[in-house]
This record gives sequence, C-alpha cells and structure tokens, in this order.
Amino acid sequence: MSEQTHKAVPYRTFILIWVALLTLTLTTVAVSRIDLGALNIWAALLIASLKSSLVIFVFMHLRQESKLFKLGLTAMLVILAVFIGLTFTDVLYR
Amino acid sequence: MSETTSRYGGFFQESPRPGILGWLLSTDHKRIGIMYLCCITTMFIVGVCLGLALRLELFAPGPTIMGAQTYNATFTVHGVIMIFLFIIPSIPAAFGNLLLPIMIGARDVSFPKLNLLSWYCYIAGAILAVFAIFSGGGAPDTGWTFYVPFSTQTTTNVNLAVMAAFMLGFSSILTGINFVTTIHRLRAKGMGWGRLPLFVWTLYSTAWIQVLATPMLAITLVLVLMERVLGAGLFDAAKGGDPILFQHLFWIYSHPAVYIMILPGMGVISEVIPTFARKPLFGYWAMALSSLAIAFAGSLVWAHHMYASGMSDFSIMIFSLLTFIVAIPSAIKIFNWVSTLYKGSIQLAPPMLFALSFLFLFAIGGLGGLALGAAASNIHLHDTTFVVGHFHYTMFGGTGFAFFAALHYWLPKFTGRMYKHKPAVIAWALMFVGFNVTYMAMQAVGIQGMPRRYYDYVPEFTTLNQVATVGSWVLALGLIIMFVNLWQGIRHGRPVGNNPWGGTTLEWQVPSPPPLENFGAEDPVVTKGPYDFKGVVADDY
Amino acid sequence: MTIEHRDDTGARFGMWLFLYTEVILFSGLFILYAISLSKFPEQFSAASHKLNIYFGTVNTLVLLTSSLTFALAVSAIQMGRKKQCLRFCWATIGLAVVFLINKYFEWSAEIAHGIYPGSETLAEMGPGITSFFNLYYLTTGLHGLHVLIGATLIAVVAVLTVKDRVTSDRYTLLENSALYWHLVDLVWIFVFPLYYLIL
Ligand code: HEM
Repeated sequence: MSEQTHKAVPYRTFILIWVALLTLTLTTVAVSRIDLGALNIWAALLIASLKSSLVIFVFMHLRQESKLFKLGLTAMLVILAVFIGLTFTDVLYR
Repeated sequence: MSETTSRYGGFFQESPRPGILGWLLSTDHKRIGIMYLCCITTMFIVGVCLGLALRLELFAPGPTIMGAQTYNATFTVHGVIMIFLFIIPSIPAAFGNLLLPIMIGARDVSFPKLNLLSWYCYIAGAILAVFAIFSGGGAPDTGWTFYVPFSTQTTTNVNLAVMAAFMLGFSSILTGINFVTTIHRLRAKGMGWGRLPLFVWTLYSTAWIQVLATPMLAITLVLVLMERVLGAGLFDAAKGGDPILFQHLFWIYSHPAVYIMILPGMGVISEVIPTFARKPLFGYWAMALSSLAIAFAGSLVWAHHMYASGMSDFSIMIFSLLTFIVAIPSAIKIFNWVSTLYKGSIQLAPPMLFALSFLFLFAIGGLGGLALGAAASNIHLHDTTFVVGHFHYTMFGGTGFAFFAALHYWLPKFTGRMYKHKPAVIAWALMFVGFNVTYMAMQAVGIQGMPRRYYDYVPEFTTLNQVATVGSWVLALGLIIMFVNLWQGIRHGRPVGNNPWGGTTLEWQVPSPPPLENFGAEDPVVTKGPYDFKGVVADDY
Repeated sequence: MTIEHRDDTGARFGMWLFLYTEVILFSGLFILYAISLSKFPEQFSAASHKLNIYFGTVNTLVLLTSSLTFALAVSAIQMGRKKQCLRFCWATIGLAVVFLINKYFEWSAEIAHGIYPGSETLAEMGPGITSFFNLYYLTTGLHGLHVLIGATLIAVVAVLTVKDRVTSDRYTLLENSALYWHLVDLVWIFVFPLYYLIL
C-alpha cells in the first residue's frame, strides 16, 4: 500500500522549515515598520503566501501527495480568486 | 397478487440492528437515502400546503384568508422549506445516496459515518426551522434571502431560522465531501471516468459546488447572527459596514446553489431519456464536461440577482455578460437530450413523461432567465411575480419534475414493487397542465407589473391571479394522485425483477431491492460504457 | 459478509476537502476586510496601532511552533516512536493553551478600553475604526474557536494513541488532526500581518 501512506519526513526537515517560518515572521514585522505606501500590504501578503506555501507543502505533506490533491487545491484557489475579484468589480467602481 | 411469506426484502431486511435503531444508527447508504427521501417528501408536502395558502390569499385583492404579516411569514417559511429542506437535498442527498455507490460499483460511500451525521444535521436543521416558526417573536418575515438591514432589525425569530439554514448548509457540505471522495476513490474496476453514468457526473459537479460555495453561506449567516446578537455591524453602513456586501456574500453561495439544485436533476434526465429512447446518450463527453462547466460558470454570475441593489454599473455589465455564458452549457444539454430522442424508439412510460416535461418546463424557465439576466430588461422585471414564475419553472418545473421522474424511475428498484401506470399518467397530465396555468399566469401578471411578496394587488390583476390560483388547485390534485399512487405501489404493487425498465447502468444488474452490500461477495468489474443497450431487455412485471 | 474497507488516501483527501470549506469560510471575512481596507485606509492603520504588536508576534511564534511540534508528532508515529509522539502532542496542546491565554489577556485589555462590538467608545471613533474592530473581533474570535476545537481534537487523538487505537500503521486520525491544526496556523499567518502590522 505504498500509495496509501508516506515515508516519515525526518525531524530535521521540519525544524529547518520552522526556522524559515520564524525568520519570515520577523521579516514581515520588520518590513511593516518601513513606509512603502500601498506596497506594504502587498509585501505582507507576499510573505504570508510564502509562509503558507511552506506550511502547505511540507508540514501538510502536500509534496508527497498525488496530483489529485494539488488539483483540488488549485481549484479552490481559483474559485477563491474569482469570488474576491468579481466582488471588487463592484466595490472599486461604485 | 399473492403474498408469499418470505418475500425477498434486500437491504430492508438485512441490518446489524433490529427495528427502528437499525435505521437511525445505520450507516448503509441505502437506508440513509431512504430516510432522506422520507423527510424530504414530508417537507415538500408541507411546503406545498404553504404555497397553496399563498395562492389562495392572492385569489382576490385585499386580505382573503390572511393579513400582511401572516403572508410575509408564510412566503418566508415556504421559501426556506422549499429551498433548504426540499430542493437542495432532494436529488443529491436522497437519490445520490441511494444510487451513487451502486452506480460506480462500490459497497458504500467513502465515509458512511459522516453520511449518517449529515442526515442528523439535516434533522437538526429541520427542527430548528420548525422552532423558528413557533417560538420567539413569531415566524421570520424576511423572505428566504434574509436580506439586511431588514433581517437584522425585524423582531421575528430570524436567529433560529438562520441557525437552521447554517445546520442545513453543514449537512450539505458533508454530503459534498463524501461524494467527491467516493467518486475519486471507490470506483469499481473498469469504471473509468469515461464510463461513469451521467448522473454520477452531475453529482460530482454538484458536490464540488457544495464544498466550495456553502461555507460562504455559513459565514454570511453567522455575521447576520452576530449583528443581531452582538451588534457587530459588518453590514451596517453606520458602523462602516456595507449592506450590499451582504447580498454579495449571500449570492456567492446562493447562486451556485441553484446549480446544486438543477444539476442533479439534469443527471436524472440524462439517465431516463436514453433508457426510454433505447439509444445511447448523444454526446457523452459534451454532457459530462458541460456539467463541470455549469458548475464553474455558475460560480461567476451571482450578482445578476443584484442589478437593482445599487452596485456599480461596471459590475452590472460584467455580470450580465457572464450570465449569458451559463446559457451555453445548459443549451448543450438540452440539445443533446433532444438529439438522443431523435429516431429513438420512444416509450412513454411515466418516468419518461416527467423527463419530457422537464425539457419543456426547464427550457421555458431558462429562456425567462435570459430575460432576467439582461440588465436592461431585469430592471423592469426585478422583484415582480415574473421572477417568481421564472424560478418555479426552473426549480419546480426543472428539479421538481426531475425528482418526480426519479421517484417513478427508481422507486421500483428500491422497493421492489411497481406502481400502477395509469394513475401515474393521469397525475402527470394534471400536474403538467396545472403547473403551466399557475406559473404562466404569474409570469404574465408579473410583466404587467405585479410585485412579488405582496399579499394585496390592484384590481386590474385579479383575472390572471385567479387563473393562477385555480391552476394551483389542478396542480395540487395531480400531486395528491401521484403520491397516493406511489404509496400504494410501495405497499401493494407487483413485485419487479432486476431490471423493469431495461436500464443499462449498474443498479439494474443487482436485485430489487439491492442487498446490504450491493454486490454479493465479489466486486463488480465493468466492461462497457453506461449506455450500451445492445442485448439489454426489460424484465416483465 | 461485511468487508473491511480502508482507504487512508481517501480519508486524507476528504480532510483536505473539509479544509477547503474552512478556507472559504474565513475568506468571507477576508473579503469584507479587503473591501473595508480599500475604503478606510487611514482609519485602518490608526486602528491597527491600537493593537498590541507584541501579543500578535508572540502568538504567531507560539502557533508556528505548535505547528512544528505536531508535524513532528506525525513523523514520530510514522517511525513507531509512540512515547515521543505523545510528548509532541502534549506540547502542541500546551502551546495552544498559551495562545488562548494570550488571546484572553489581549481581548480583556481591549475590552477594558471600551473597545468591543457595539460599544459606545467604538461608535465615537467613527465608522472606519469601528469596522476594523468588528472585523478583528469576529476573525480572531472565529480563529480562536478553531484553536479550541483543534486542541480538543488533538487531546482526543492523544488519548487514542495511548490506548493504541492510533498506531504506527494506522494513524490517519492523527494525520488528519495535524492537517486541521496546520490550517489553524495558516489562517493566523494571514490574520497577523493584516490586523497587527498595518502601518
Ligand atoms: C404547489 C406548489 C407551489 C405553489 C402553489 C407555490 C406558490 C408560491 C407563491 C404564490 C409564491 C410567491 C409569494 C410572493 O412572492 O408573493 C412562492 C414563492 C416561492 N416559492 Fe413556491 N410554490 C410552490 C412550490 C414551490 C417549490 C416546489 C419550490 C422550490 C423548489 C418553491 C420555491 C419558492 C421560493 C424560493 C419562493 C420565494 C419565497 C420568497 O419570496 O422568499 N415553491 N411560491
């Protein structure tokens, strides 16, 4: 049943990812204290997305899952983008 | 008909637990499906009674049988029951549970316990809805849409009604998760994607919408509740909120939800039509992919309910355009059904009659939808009884008739007994006529300008309203005959064999009613497509 | 005649589907946030300065660490180290509790200042700030509820592990609770910069 279970991820990998996450957290705090105007929010979102992909791919084992899982995630993100984007066609042009 | 003492009873007789607990604690998909079917039918009957009361009130101008507040409460409860308790779970939860595992050659769904839990959520939602009517400040009077600011200010019992809808949404999500996983993981050997019956394809698309759209309803309802309880005014302009955003969030769910309602109905039709035309379904992949396309495109068009809400003109343009896109996959389906009929040897059995009237009624409803989808004509028709007529054509004429087709098509399979055909045809004829009289008249009076959700109207509208009310009586008579006939069929009908209609999908190869694990000791192996009629003949009954 | 049916991948896939629904649930609040932010940029930054950035940062670190400990718990059970796995589970629950205690102090400080949904003080600060705090309370409240549920779930799974109902070759339950727990973390990863760090 190789498809059913994954190999255990070594502790080291998780710890490295954790260090990266902490670093990114401090980065996002640091960046937020510099005035970049509207860019601030985008920088914050960018770093948050980076962090979440680390969590999703490594902590949540998405790396080891089959294509189906990745497709599902993509479908969800596309729909989410549609929901947000189309709502803004109203709000931005009102 | 002679009653043999030990008649074969399939899953009705096999259960790890005896008696009523064997049902209430059963994780067998067929038992859960039957429980859903019973509850849903009950809810439908209650909803119909309320609908008839509404029509009766509109028989003459001024208060006839009820006043303004009662009317408001009645259409709200009618709407909530019909939408959340009848039509959303109707085909997916009842027939989906009964059929999906058998059709793909599985023994059960992926998560049988979750399946049972989803039924209990449904029951909890139903109970809350009933409490909402009889407790607190009286039955809610907001309409099934719960629009703010009225819903956050009215003193009626919106809180409980909102919680009911939340529970029902949760039930729907669990069903969706279950079905997507089941279809991905539990297909029998040889059951490739190209061999799935179309009913399964539509359930698959529906399940994705249930998973991805329903949570939006949940959060919206929670926010309404929070606004009522805590005063967290996210939809209150005085507190920096925006009431139009409620409509956005609400319709982000509720528009895809109308495809939760109609897609499985389309799936039923795609099963019934080939069987009674004795021909493979025309354009299998076009049908399969158009289901997915409808599911996706249906998520892009929600704001066409909001043209008159004050949202931006740019947005109106975009959504009007996108709305027309949904018509394309829907039209593909209609054309393919008609092409399937072409040169088939058509057999007008009761399920087929309902399926054919689905085509007719859904086409009318769909075309009316185009008139509403175009921003310009929408402004004129918005919130008139034309809209009410339109959505009864699509939901009742569409999904409702598909549900009846499914009842007539599959009940013999699951009860092992056949109803009488003649009363079924009479019932169908009455319903078809009554339906068109009722809702065509409502559409007509709507075009003349009669607003919806009013218990009163100006005298000019009297004639058409009376026509509609009389039509609703004919419709009701048809419904009564249909349900009585089906009930008698279940109790005393003639026993049927495996395949009374000559269907080709897997469920017709197992006994009627199917045994506990669907397929004896060995898992089925599928070697041909779903609509291969060569050599398939119907059993006599 | 019943045939034992076991499908770990299916169970995980079902869990992922459930997580999608959670994401969409929270996204409703994020959409409202985005729209309010575009409407009231200055007020949002003023309101954000009223939040305590230290509480926010510490809670972020706590939650990230708890994610680590629970990811390690999964690896531990996969390698058959039951004791270690349990220790990781308790650590995770401990961190969750720390998070909630922090949240409690944070909220009570703000409520003591008269800032809570529907309060007079808030109403005087104008619509922009009101909408920020309404969103803040609802989002972190919903998130806190998820932390609570997650911690409970982990406790249940830990007990099952003690009883050997979750073992090195049957650990889907643990894996799925881990998925849930990471989702809680994911949501916070977005909540933190959006609420605490607007300049
Ligand atoms: C005999 C059957 C039925 C009759 C006589 C009937 C009658 C009516 C009438 C007269 C209204 C309009 C109230 C108004 O706006 O003034 C209404 C509203 C509505 N009906 Fe029906 N109906 C029937 C069946 C159904 C079915 C099967 C469904 C759903 C599948 C349904 C769903 C709705 C909904 C959603 C509303 C809107 C409620 C609102 O405005 O909030 N109805 N019905």
